[in-house]
Amino acid sequence: MTGLTGPILTVEDLRVRYGRVEAVRGVSFDAAAGELVTLVGANGAGKSSIINAVSGLVRPRGGRILFEGRDITRTPAHRLVRSGLVQVPEGRQILATLTVEENLRLGAPRRAGIGEVYGRFPVLAERRRSPAGTLSGGEQQMLAIGRALVARPRLILLDEPSMGLAPRIVDEVFGVIGEIRSSGTTVVLVEQNARRALRAADHGYILASGEIVHSGPAAELLGDDRVVQAYLGVET
Amino acid sequence: MDVQQLLNGLFVGSIYALFAIGFTLVFGVLDRLNLAHPAVFTVAAFVGIELVAVGGLSIWAALPVVFVVGGLLGLVIEQVAFRPLKGRADAHFAGLISSIALAGMFIALLQWRYGPDTKRFPAESFPETTYKVLGAQVTGVQVAILLITIVLAVGLHLLVGRTRLGRSMRATAENPTAARVVGVNVDRVSATTLAISSALGAVAGALFAMNVNSAQLGMGGAIELKGLAVIVVGGMASLPGALVGGLLLGLAEVFTVQYIGSSWRDLVAFGLLFLILVVRPQGLFGTRKVREV
Repeated sequence: MTGLTGPILTVEDLRVRYGRVEAVRGVSFDAAAGELVTLVGANGAGKSSIINAVSGLVRPRGGRILFEGRDITRTPAHRLVRSGLVQVPEGRQILATLTVEENLRLGAPRRAGIGEVYGRFPVLAERRRSPAGTLSGGEQQMLAIGRALVARPRLILLDEPSMGLAPRIVDEVFGVIGEIRSSGTTVVLVEQNARRALRAADHGYILASGEIVHSGPAAELLGDDRVVQAYLGVET
Repeated sequence: MDVQQLLNGLFVGSIYALFAIGFTLVFGVLDRLNLAHPAVFTVAAFVGIELVAVGGLSIWAALPVVFVVGGLLGLVIEQVAFRPLKGRADAHFAGLISSIALAGMFIALLQWRYGPDTKRFPAESFPETTYKVLGAQVTGVQVAILLITIVLAVGLHLLVGRTRLGRSMRATAENPTAARVVGVNVDRVSATTLAISSALGAVAGALFAMNVNSAQLGMGGAIELKGLAVIVVGGMASLPGALVGGLLLGLAEVFTVQYIGSSWRDLVAFGLLFLILVVRPQGLFGTRKVREV
């Protein structure tokens, strides 16, 4: 929030382990208020584990996570949602048997946020009484994002929002992400579509095997030949 | 059609339905079979009798107390039998076994407190008045059984369909992780679901004891299989299915006793349920695939 001199999110030496597999091996990064930060890297680099640790779904093995200066390393997900930190999970995870409106009301402490979301996504307003499972993939992604926005978060974590969507819909999703960021909400974006994510971001972190191997302003990373050749591949 | 037998079937059936609704609620929301449910049914019958016999309450005042006692037992079941095991890979099976163990403890405590003998309500606990319905004799307790079942079933239906808690329950039923992502406190939903389920099971137990004016340590075992059969026939996790299934079982039992003979009761009743499953394997109200994602 304004008035805080430090970053809105600070992750220090984060470690996540599943059984004997160490998915995240001492990752540190931060996000300043209003910034769009992206974590990119190949499948299995540990991106989703980091997001799940920050949002309270996975308990870290080590390290510290600070949100607006408060230690949230062991805070459960449902409390973080109420304090302004929400996740849009990988694979959307909308509740297919609930209606569109019920999905939104789950995320909303009050009803006020729902009107705003309908304003931003008119298609959701049209389909408000339909089971969310009947929406198209793109509409479901809008619902997943809308469901996060009803809580009026100050930090939103997006995990692979473009996954499995048609190119035209991907454009739409990135458009929405830009709008969220313009409205002042801090965004942490995890993407396999690294080039696209870095173009949208202020700051980028490149992950490989659970560690950050490069970081810097997104434009610099995109201009760095070593990074482009090793991690971003040839542009098609 | 014999109206008296039809009504008797509905009275017994609505107790089965109430029991089965609680049973299937936990299965549907938490994906767990709570085999301590029949023990709650039994405990509630003894507690109900004690409240009237020793506490001096009327049977009508005892019922809300039994409801609350059942709810508290549900919280105990959640804390003791399910929560400590929830992170395990075999949480389904582990929870099943630990709920059986807890049921055994509940019954052991009953036996320690009340001994092995059948307990009855004191004389004159029940209103004398009977009502004439289409030529059949109906007691006040029987009317109450039907009304209470309807009120609780409709109340639960509204709770699940219309309230924030209900949405959280349905979200948890479909996908607990997704529910957590949007801010649902899944642990609290689990505890509340078991409390509601057990409160319903407890009222069923007290009503059952009133209907036959007795409570026995083994009464839970008798209704356990019926409850399981009813929720399978109704469609696993379906609340309307449990209601209709319970009523059908009650009617089948009563008519079998009337027209074929009491020793044929279970054979015919369960045979009918079996036939329904042959025709409709997913149960009366079940969908072929409930869980997705």
